[in-house]
Amino acid sequence: MKPAPFDYLVARSVREAVSALAERPSQARVLAGGQSLVLEMNYRRERPALLVDINHVPGLDGIEVEGGELRVGALARHRDFEEPVARDPLGRLLERVSRHIAHPPIRARGTMVGSLAYAHPAAEWPAVAVALDARLELAGPEGVRTVRAGEFFRGPFATARRPEEMITGVRLPLLGEGSGVGFVELRRTGASFALVAALAAITVEGGVITSSRVALAGAADRPLRVRGVEEALAGDPPSDETFAGAERRAALEADPVPEPHAGVEYRRHAAGVLVRRALERAAEDLEVNS
Amino acid sequence: MRIEMEVNGERRALEVEPRRTLADALREDLGLTGTHLGCEHGVCGACTVIVDGEAVRSCLMFAVQADGGRVRTVEGLASGAGHPLQRAFRAEHALQCGFCTPGFLMLLAAALERDPGIVRDEERLRELLTSNLCRCTGYEGIRRAALRAAEEMGR
Repeated sequence: MKPAPFDYLVARSVREAVSALAERPSQARVLAGGQSLVLEMNYRRERPALLVDINHVPGLDGIEVEGGELRVGALARHRDFEEPVARDPLGRLLERVSRHIAHPPIRARGTMVGSLAYAHPAAEWPAVAVALDARLELAGPEGVRTVRAGEFFRGPFATARRPEEMITGVRLPLLGEGSGVGFVELRRTGASFALVAALAAITVEGGVITSSRVALAGAADRPLRVRGVEEALAGDPPSDETFAGAERRAALEADPVPEPHAGVEYRRHAAGVLVRRALERAAEDLEVNS
Repeated sequence: MRIEMEVNGERRALEVEPRRTLADALREDLGLTGTHLGCEHGVCGACTVIVDGEAVRSCLMFAVQADGGRVRTVEGLASGAGHPLQRAFRAEHALQCGFCTPGFLMLLAAALERDPGIVRDEERLRELLTSNLCRCTGYEGIRRAALRAAEEMGR
């Protein structure tokens, strides 16, 4: 349970971090909160030859509303979202999600962007990112490029990030007033990984759902936006009948992989139930906040 | 690498490999074996120490990251008759084998310093206590000890 030897660099700027990564691509890793990376190194599943510590890069910890988006910097910690960071319903969604991540000491160090970079299929932030089709900013030697969350996640622990790139931030679109949000999770103990988690954001106008964003964690080899569910919700009232239909569709759309604690059929069933509950919460949230 | 940190109020300089975890640096290099190592992957919380006011897993942090920082371990908690948390743990039978105890003490010390009101919110206190694992006495005694210590510290 001791990491393999590595070189350690404290980067003072994004440019310095990126050029260090570019010098030894695929041998270097970025260290932010370290709450997943260091445990992987302790297990020696990760053996980077170089660790680039970005904790002292100024300006990376920002969380700001810019235009219609919330921009979250690479050093914003999970805990920073425990109080709403925006007046928009997005602030409420991020608050609810953050309280499901690990436990308080981990939340004080771990980062949202680090969780996206790690790309655990059951992690909460990646599901939020695909639901909202967030845009990730990747800084490389040639400059910054932007990748949509829908294209970013490629499988378990696999992303579109190139070895010489670091993620400097992520942009989440605001949901707008008139939106309700819900997040539910199934797990074995208080601090376990989610077996399955679901989130929903719905916008209701004139008594019918005009737009929705629904996503699952732990229901596929990567975070899954259930677009079939979203399409079926459009134009329907936020009723029990509508949500029961969403439950059936989500179960069909889920594509769980076998795992020791829960078989495929169980997780498929759970995915459906959780999507229904997330939608029910979103409808309640809308009622309470409008 | 040469690093310097303040440990329990004393400046300590040491030479560490980058891969040395903070937990191992405290235990092996500084002889502070009150910090325990259980799972070494961030689950059990036995290695919890306070770095710059924050309760952290010292198995998930490298000693080089604490360079220039202030570290507090269970050895620095007591003075004289013991910290209110230590007295409360004894009074409420909040420990049995004691392996997890240093981690719980540092977790609670940081939380009470940050926000003493946490003990008035049953849900938040419960959530905080799920951070660490205890496998013998159970959590009820630890919960009562947190309440007792907070009351004493608030006086």
